[in-house]
Amino acid sequence: MKLHEYQSKRIFAQYEVPIPQGDVAATPARARQIASRLGSRVVVKSQVLVGGRGKAGGIRLADDPDEAEEVAGTILGMKIKGLTVKKVLIDEAADIAKEIYLGIVIDRAKRRPVMMASAEGGVEIEEVARATPERIVKAAVDPFLGLQPYQGRELAFGIGLPKELVRDFVKIAQGLSEAFVGCDASLAEINPLVVTGHGNLLAVDGKMLIDDNALFRHFELAEMRDADEESPEEQEARRHGLSYVKLDGEIGCMVNGAGLAMATMDVTKLYGGEPANFLDIGGGAQADRVTVALRIILSDPNVKAVLFNIFGGITRCDEVAKGILAALEEVPTSVPMVARLAGTNEEEGRRILADAEMVTAATLAEAAEKAVLAAQGELQR
Amino acid sequence: MSILVNKDTRLVVQGITGREGEFHARQMVEYGTNVVAGVTPGKGGGWVAGIPVFDTVSEAVNATEANTSITYVPARFAPDAILEAADAGIEIVVCITEGIPVLDMIRVRAHLDCVETRLLGPNCPGIITPGEAKVGIMPGHIHTPGPVGLVSRSGTLTYEVVHALTEKGLGQSTAIGIGGDPIIGTDFIDVLALFEEDPQTKQVVLIGEIGGTDEQRAAEFIARRMSKPVTAFIAGQTAPPGKRMGHAGAIIEGGEGTALEKMAALEAVGVRVAKHPAEVAELVAQLD
Repeated sequence: MKLHEYQSKRIFAQYEVPIPQGDVAATPARARQIASRLGSRVVVKSQVLVGGRGKAGGIRLADDPDEAEEVAGTILGMKIKGLTVKKVLIDEAADIAKEIYLGIVIDRAKRRPVMMASAEGGVEIEEVARATPERIVKAAVDPFLGLQPYQGRELAFGIGLPKELVRDFVKIAQGLSEAFVGCDASLAEINPLVVTGHGNLLAVDGKMLIDDNALFRHFELAEMRDADEESPEEQEARRHGLSYVKLDGEIGCMVNGAGLAMATMDVTKLYGGEPANFLDIGGGAQADRVTVALRIILSDPNVKAVLFNIFGGITRCDEVAKGILAALEEVPTSVPMVARLAGTNEEEGRRILADAEMVTAATLAEAAEKAVLAAQGELQR
Repeated sequence: MSILVNKDTRLVVQGITGREGEFHARQMVEYGTNVVAGVTPGKGGGWVAGIPVFDTVSEAVNATEANTSITYVPARFAPDAILEAADAGIEIVVCITEGIPVLDMIRVRAHLDCVETRLLGPNCPGIITPGEAKVGIMPGHIHTPGPVGLVSRSGTLTYEVVHALTEKGLGQSTAIGIGGDPIIGTDFIDVLALFEEDPQTKQVVLIGEIGGTDEQRAAEFIARRMSKPVTAFIAGQTAPPGKRMGHAGAIIEGGEGTALEKMAALEAVGVRVAKHPAEVAELVAQLD
């Protein structure tokens, strides 16, 4: 789950990371109030869950409350990468002398959270990692001890921070690390962490991703979820315990198991089609789940054919076939369907579907080929 | 021979009185696995499918000499269940549970690195040595004993490949699901090393997917340490970056973990990489 900038920074502040004075507004009038309370030059920042806000014109300076109101009026309601701006953050504008990067993620190979610092702040860390990986300094965090002060110092000296800022930097690094662990984050990032003209450190921008699997113990974070993070179809799928990712192709895919679902997409592409989605209906392929999944797939107007690929293990293919037919009765459609059942009782399963005049296939390759033809309107039953 | 589980496996089922736990306990008994005990706190003294139930793993081990456990307990209780099994001296813990928080698994794994217990999973289908022991949720009957060792991050995709192998008359020494999570107890390299030493295993199938760099590290290991031929398939060539594809670990992050880079790393060390799952069995058959 993604958190907005203002949510992330408020969490950082709870862990004693210094952030600019500011507040969020959903209306231009409220933006003016906040700006006049701050009594200084402000920055008006769109709160949407995508990168590239600045380039899209979603981050602008305002010299006084009048201008803050006007700028907020332009930014609120604006679309950035398809997302409508519903809130703006009004922050005291920082006097920026230098920008650095500080972030923490899970390093899968090290099996530890790893904190990264770089003197190149304000740009994406992936970009730095590609162009000048030697400019990123890292410290692996012990899961029981947390980030130690010496590690903070190594990061600070490693990025060439002036020695009078090291003590504050270490406090910020430890705070960020504690916020990461305390919130079950998968990413916590301050970018940029600025050195101000007065020689202070300030977390000007912040970002957090939270491990969805840990939300059961973070009710306050779960409530922060912005529905715009997912499409309505993805939300519907999540409510039903299905795993769905929308893609741009024309072949809808319904598969049991995540690995097999990815493989099905790959084979579809191999035979000249483009998958319209990733969808894992889980084990069993019961009628009710197939029904929901089919509705979700067909809600995408690009879908020209649907490919079922089910491996019947402990659940037999004949039961799966009956489930598919029951679902098709619930969701009438003219979109052609191709079903490939393999595993336990596969012939019986295929016969049941063939009797219902459904196109079947014995192999995944054959199914993909037929689905691609069906999508082009060239498949004869 | 085989690896990790066999006729001497004495299995305790953690969470045996739950719906999943009981169903799969019965399936494993039916397959011929020596299921000696079940554990559900508070249900000690009872029986499920002819298997005695204990309150703690420690009691179960004392009473039955169980050496392997499988756990179906829900995600929020699973780390505790894994640690309980390890502390009771269980040698191999198989965790089927999906959805354990990553930071919990980091702590569990850090602890397990200091003890003898080996964890398989979480978020895995388990392990099977055909004809000897099934410790998992896979359909047992599609497997048959033979020379192919199989290791995979996936569930149904593995069954698919096993099914194709069996239909071609190519049996399996042991088939292992290591799990689809970012932090797991046993990785490709651990299993490859075991297969390399196992006399029954003549060749190995590796099924990977997008996310992380486990396959790349496996490729390095294969180049340095493996004499047995390896055939691979990597799922997710069409997966978009930044999107989690079902498995918590199946995500391309910061441009890292794509199927193409994994396929290239494996091909570079002489692993034959199949373009689609059905091709795996064909490539294996060429070497049989």
